Amino acid sequence: MTLLSVRDLSVSFTTYGRTTQVLHDVSLDVPACSQIALVGESGSGKSVTMKAIMGLLSTPPARINSGQIFYDGEDLLTMPPARRMALRGTAMSMVFQDPMSSLNPVFTIGDQLGTILKYADRRLGRQRGRAGRRARVAEVLAQVRMREPERVAGSYPMQLSGGMRQRVLIAMALLSEPTLLIADEPGTALDVTTQAQILKLLKDLVEAKDLALLMITHNLGVVRETSSYVYVMHKGRVVEEAPTERLFAAPAEQYTRDLIAAVPRLTGPALTAATGEAARQGGGAP
Amino acid sequence: MATRSLREEPAAGAAPDAEPPVTTLPEAEPERLSAAYQSWYRFSRNPTAVIGAAIVVICILAAVLAPLITPYPSHVGAVVDFRARHLPPSWEHWMGTDNVGRDILTRVVYGMRISLLLAFVVLGVAVPVGTLLGLAAGYFGGWVEVVIMRLTDIALAIPGLVLLMAVATVFSPNLLTTMLALAALWWTWHARLIYAITRQLRSQEFVEAAETLGASTFHILFREILPNCVSALAVKTSLDCGFVILTGAALSFLGLGAQPPMPDLGTMVAGGTNYLPDYWWGSVMPGCAVLVIALGFNLLGDGLRDLFDVQEIR
Amino acid sequence: MEYLVFLVRRLLWSLLVLFGLSVVIFVIARGMPGDPARMALGPTASADQVAQLRETMGLDLPLVTQYVRYLGGLAQGDLGRSLLTGRSVSADISDTFAATFELVLATILIAFVVGLPLGVMAAQWKDRWPDNSIRLFALLSAVTPTFLLALLLQILAGYVLHVLPTTGRLPIGAGFSADITGLVTVDALLKGNWAILGEGLRHLILPAFALAAASVGQVALTTRASMIDVTSQDYVEAARAFGVPERVRVLKYMLRPALVAPMTILGLSFASLIGNAFVVELIFAWPGMASYGVRTILQKDLNAVMGVVMVSGAFFVMVNLAIDVATGLIDPRVRLGGRS
Repeated sequence: MTLLSVRDLSVSFTTYGRTTQVLHDVSLDVPACSQIALVGESGSGKSVTMKAIMGLLSTPPARINSGQIFYDGEDLLTMPPARRMALRGTAMSMVFQDPMSSLNPVFTIGDQLGTILKYADRRLGRQRGRAGRRARVAEVLAQVRMREPERVAGSYPMQLSGGMRQRVLIAMALLSEPTLLIADEPGTALDVTTQAQILKLLKDLVEAKDLALLMITHNLGVVRETSSYVYVMHKGRVVEEAPTERLFAAPAEQYTRDLIAAVPRLTGPALTAATGEAARQGGGAP
Repeated sequence: MATRSLREEPAAGAAPDAEPPVTTLPEAEPERLSAAYQSWYRFSRNPTAVIGAAIVVICILAAVLAPLITPYPSHVGAVVDFRARHLPPSWEHWMGTDNVGRDILTRVVYGMRISLLLAFVVLGVAVPVGTLLGLAAGYFGGWVEVVIMRLTDIALAIPGLVLLMAVATVFSPNLLTTMLALAALWWTWHARLIYAITRQLRSQEFVEAAETLGASTFHILFREILPNCVSALAVKTSLDCGFVILTGAALSFLGLGAQPPMPDLGTMVAGGTNYLPDYWWGSVMPGCAVLVIALGFNLLGDGLRDLFDVQEIR
Repeated sequence: MEYLVFLVRRLLWSLLVLFGLSVVIFVIARGMPGDPARMALGPTASADQVAQLRETMGLDLPLVTQYVRYLGGLAQGDLGRSLLTGRSVSADISDTFAATFELVLATILIAFVVGLPLGVMAAQWKDRWPDNSIRLFALLSAVTPTFLLALLLQILAGYVLHVLPTTGRLPIGAGFSADITGLVTVDALLKGNWAILGEGLRHLILPAFALAAASVGQVALTTRASMIDVTSQDYVEAARAFGVPERVRVLKYMLRPALVAPMTILGLSFASLIGNAFVVELIFAWPGMASYGVRTILQKDLNAVMGVVMVSGAFFVMVNLAIDVATGLIDPRVRLGGRS
C-alpha cells in the first residue's frame, strides 16, 4: 500500500511583491518499504517538495495553492496541527544534508539527540526517563555503527569527523523508529569515499528495518544505487517517472536523456567503495 | 570595477580621461556615472544617513563660523555680567546664561569647536597608526603579528580615563594631554579592525596573484589590501568621531581636559552641576549638545555601513 | 581536560597583560620629564627636602632597579605610600574599591538581565515595532553622554519626583558596616538586615542604571545580531523538523550559541565602563575609587594614582578572565580553540 502520496501539489513563493509558482501539480507515491528517488537539478523544486512534505515551508513567503499530501491515508495539509506535529520527526523522519551545519555546535551529541527524543516522547505520549533516553540514544548511535556510542554522545560536533557527524544525523532520524525516511542528499558535503559509506549504511538500515525511503538528490549515481523507482523533476514539474532500471535503459524524456548524458561516469568513484564492482569499470580519481 | 576606477581617478590624473573622448568606449562613461549615482541614490534614500550627515555638516559649519553666527562672541572668555547670571532660556539667550551671566548658546557653539578638533586630532593620529599596524600584523604574521596584537591587547586593558589621570598627574591637565592620551589608546580599535580584514584578504586570490607577479610589498599593502579596507574604515571612523567626543567630554567633566575659561562642553556641564536642579540649563544644554554631535556621527556611520554593506568585524 | 588547558592559557595571558600594564604605568610615572619628588612637594620646598624624598621614594636608583622594586611590591600587593593620606595606597584603595565593585557588578547584572531579553525580543520581531523601538533605544543609549543621563536621572527621580535618594550608598548615620564582602547589599542580605538591604538597593538604582544604559543597548544589539545570525542556521531548521518546540528552540538552541558575542563585547568595552563608573561615582557622590583618584591627582600623589590605574587595569583583566571562563563553559568552540 502507499505510505506517502503527494497529489497535484502546487506551491508558489511571493518575494518583493512578485509571485512565482515553483511547483506545478507535483504527484508522487512512496509505497511502504520501498526506496524511491526524487532527482533533479538545483532549482528544480525537489527541496521545496521535501519541505512541503515535512511541513517546513515558511508561509509566507511560500503558499500551498492546491493539492494533498497523504500519509497513511490522512491528508497532512488538512489534519489538525497537533496531529501533524506528532507525526513530524517521528513516524516520518528526515536525514539532513549538511553534517557541518545541521548540528548545534554548543551542545553535545547526546544532549541534542536526547532533546529531540524528549519532545518526540511527549508528543506521542510515551513515558521515558532521562536514563531511558540516554540508553535509546546510545542504542541508535550503535545502529549507525559508531564504535563507542557513549563517548560519541558526550562529544561536541566539532570533535567528530564529517562522516561521523553525518551518521549522527542518520541516528537523529532513526530515534523514534520512523516508517518513512526522507533523505536530503546525505553526504553531498563529504568526500566521495565517505559519501559512499554513508549511502551504504543508509541502504542497509532501510532494508534491515523495512523502512520506506524517499531519497532526494541531484546525483544519478546515487539514484541508481539507492532506489528502485525514480521521479525526475524539472522546473517544478515531474517530467518522468519510471522504475530505476528502465529509466537508465530507456529514458523517455529528452531532459532525462540530457541528465544521463551529462554524467559521464554513472558508476564513478562515488560508489567504488560501496559496491566494489565499479572499480573494474574503471572510475579514475576525480 | 566601477568603484575602483572612480577612486583612482584623482591619483591617475585627469589627463588620460580628458584627452581621448573618441577612444572611450561608449558605455564606459554612463556606467561610471551610474555607479556614483547609485551610491548617491542609496545614500539619499536612507533617512538615518541623511539626518546624520545633516547634523554633522551643521555642527561643523556652526563650529567653523562660530564668530559670525553666535550672538555674544565675547562671552567665550572670562566675561562676567552678574546682572545676567542664571537667566533661563529666552529669546535673547536661547539656552539661558551661566553662573557668571554668559550666553550658553555662544559657549556651546565654541565648545563644539573644541570637541570636533579633539575628534579630528585624535582620529587623525589613531587611524593612520592603527591602520599601518593592523596591515603589518595581518599581512606579515609571525612575530610582527604577535608583538603588535599583544600590544593592542594591553592597550585595550587600560581604561582611557584612568590612563589620562596618570598623565595628568605628571603634566597639568589640558586639551593637549587629553588628545595625546586618547590617541595613545584609540589606535587599538583600528588596528584590530584592519588586522581582521587583512587576515581575511591575505589568502585571497587577487593578493596571491599580485604576489606571484612579483608585486612589491608596498604595492600589495597599499594598492591591493588597503583599498578594500576603506569602506570599513570610513564607517568605523565616523562612529568613532562620536565616541571620541563622548569620551573627551567625560574626561573634561572630571576636570581632566580643557581648562576654564575655555568653553569645553564637558567642563561646562561640570560647572553647571553646582547649581542643580534650579538652574538645570547650565548643565543640560551643553550635555545635549554632546548628545546631538555624537548622534550625528553615529547615524552617519550607520548610514555608511548600510551604503557600503560593511559587515561588523570586531 | 581541554577546558583546564584553556583556563591555564587564559590565566597566563592575563598575567602577561598585567605585566605589560605595569611597564606602561611605570614608564608614564618615571620616564616622563619632571621630578616626582619636586612635583609632590611643590615649588616652595627646599632642595634638601626634595633630595630626602627622592631617597625615600627610591628615585636615585637606576630605572631598572626602580622597576624591579615596583614589580616586587606589586606582587605582594604593595602599591607604595600615599603622600596625600600618609597611609599605604593598597589600604586606601581597598577601602574604596568595594563600592566601585558593587556599582560595576550591579551594572553588568542589569546589562544582561535587561539587555538579553530585549535582544531576543528584537530578533524575534525583526523589523516590527518592538525591534525598531529597541534599536532606537540602543542608539540613544550609545550616544547619550553618561554624565548627562546621570544628571537627568538625578534631577528627575531625586529632585522632581523625590522617589529615590540622589547621593551616597546609604543614608547618613545608617550605622551599617559592610565588613563581610564589602558590598552593602550582599552583606545586608547575609546578615538578614532587610531595612539596610532596601536602602542599599534604593541608593544603588540610579547610579547603576545611569552606568548600565549604554551596556544594555550594546548587549541588546549584539544579542539581536547574533540571534538573527543563528536563526538561519541549519541546526535550528533541523530542530524544527524534529518537532522541538519553538520556546526550546529559541531559548536553548539559539540563545546559547548567541550568548558569546554580547559577553565578549561587554568584556572589550569594560575599560570605557570603568571610566564612566568614575563619572557616575562623582555625580552620585558614590564613595568609590573615583573620588580618591581625582583627589590624589590634584595633589600630584603619584603612588596613589599609579595604584588606582593598576587596580583599574587589573579589574579589567579579571573581568575579562571571568568572561573567558564563562564563555568557555557556554561554548565548546571557545575552549576547544575552534576560534579565539
